[in-house]
Amino acid sequence: MINLAAIIDKLELKVLTAEKDFSQISVKKGYTSDLLSCVMAGAPNSSIWVTLQAHNNIVAVAALLELSAIIITEGATPDPVTIHKANEEGITLLQTEQNSFHTVGLLWELGIRAEK
Amino acid sequence: MATNSPQRKRIISDQEAENISRVEELAYEIKVSEVMTSDLISFSPEITMQEVLDVFRQKRISGAPIVSPVGDLIGIISMEDLIRCLIDKDLDSTINKYMTTRLFTILPTDPVIEASKKFVSTNFGRLPVVDKDHKLVGMITKGDINRGLLRALETDYQEEEIRKYRASHLFEDIESDRTSLILRYQIQQGNFDIGGQASSNIKRALIRLGASKQIARRCGIAIYEAEMNLIIHTTEGGVLRVEIEPHQISIDAYDYGPGIKDVDLAMKPGYSTASDAVREMGFGAGMGLVNISRCVDQMKLESVWGKGSRLKMRLFLDSEHITQESENQKS
Repeated sequence: MINLAAIIDKLELKVLTAEKDFSQISVKKGYTSDLLSCVMAGAPNSSIWVTLQAHNNIVAVAALLELSAIIITEGATPDPVTIHKANEEGITLLQTEQNSFHTVGLLWELGIRAEK
Repeated sequence: MATNSPQRKRIISDQEAENISRVEELAYEIKVSEVMTSDLISFSPEITMQEVLDVFRQKRISGAPIVSPVGDLIGIISMEDLIRCLIDKDLDSTINKYMTTRLFTILPTDPVIEASKKFVSTNFGRLPVVDKDHKLVGMITKGDINRGLLRALETDYQEEEIRKYRASHLFEDIESDRTSLILRYQIQQGNFDIGGQASSNIKRALIRLGASKQIARRCGIAIYEAEMNLIIHTTEGGVLRVEIEPHQISIDAYDYGPGIKDVDLAMKPGYSTASDAVREMGFGAGMGLVNISRCVDQMKLESVWGKGSRLKMRLFLDSEHITQESENQKS
């Protein structure tokens, strides 16, 4: 099982929220979409979500679905309020300059799959 | 609060902040008398340093107060004083010669924070506790304070567990022909900053009440979509009303306008009336109502154009649900 520390390392992600022991957080599945209702419908528990949305409702969605982490792509930057809220909810926000397609490709190579 | 540029840094979470302030709070709440040692070994002023050495060895202590025959505190003798005496090879002299008489004391009624402050300012390891009449009533060390705080925190934790237990047994403990718990939330139009707050609060309440994760998740999703609809599409916001009963959860989302022109069309996957600005945030997929219908057992959408809308949702729980699920979570 892949853990979040390995993903952060391999994808060279920037951690925007508080540091924690990412090696203890296992990532089972992946999901990508920028439409929140689609995420609501499709993202499985404990999955990693790839999106270019960076506003604070992504945190609400991730918290409700109990996702492991969000990778925000194309260098989009959430505001401090969003980061604060993510820390409160225990959601890890990660950032990359790469686009979503590239990011999902790397996750797939690491063995992360979509829910069937 | 975080700084303007997001960066790697340690941010103290609310949970941690809460714990820190709770310890501080307790340090003000707990009195010295509650944590001090009152079962004391003390010396009379006439004994020799040899006797002090023997008692320190036998009782494995490193300090003791010296009290007069009427119980007044006279001084303190510590391991350091004893070492000075040993260097002088002077074990036959009386305790008077080596004891410390410049004393910092504390009242039994003082909060432990006062004792902590004195430990810091004096660098002493123990403080005699004396009452208003200067009678020795106990001794306090840093260890006593730590143990006292830990004990109090443990009590706090147990109280929270009891609260959870009580919440999960709410429906058994209260007898009526039909018991229900109603939660109401006012949702403001256009306020995306707190979007999702009501749904996450409701989800938390359901978990506390002992609902299964599955039920809490389904409710969370349905209520989130309804909440965002109120934020995005209404003229002046609306109300979320959740009624929790042992056998079902009924959720009402209603607003006072503008209403939906064509309800059947609104229910179609992909149909949305959201503005471009809202779509840019990832809303307006036209999947909200579809998601809701997937998560709930019953839903009914009524709307009058120009007046407002009312979305009624219901989830059925099997008869044993609330208690049974809480049992499952414990095991």
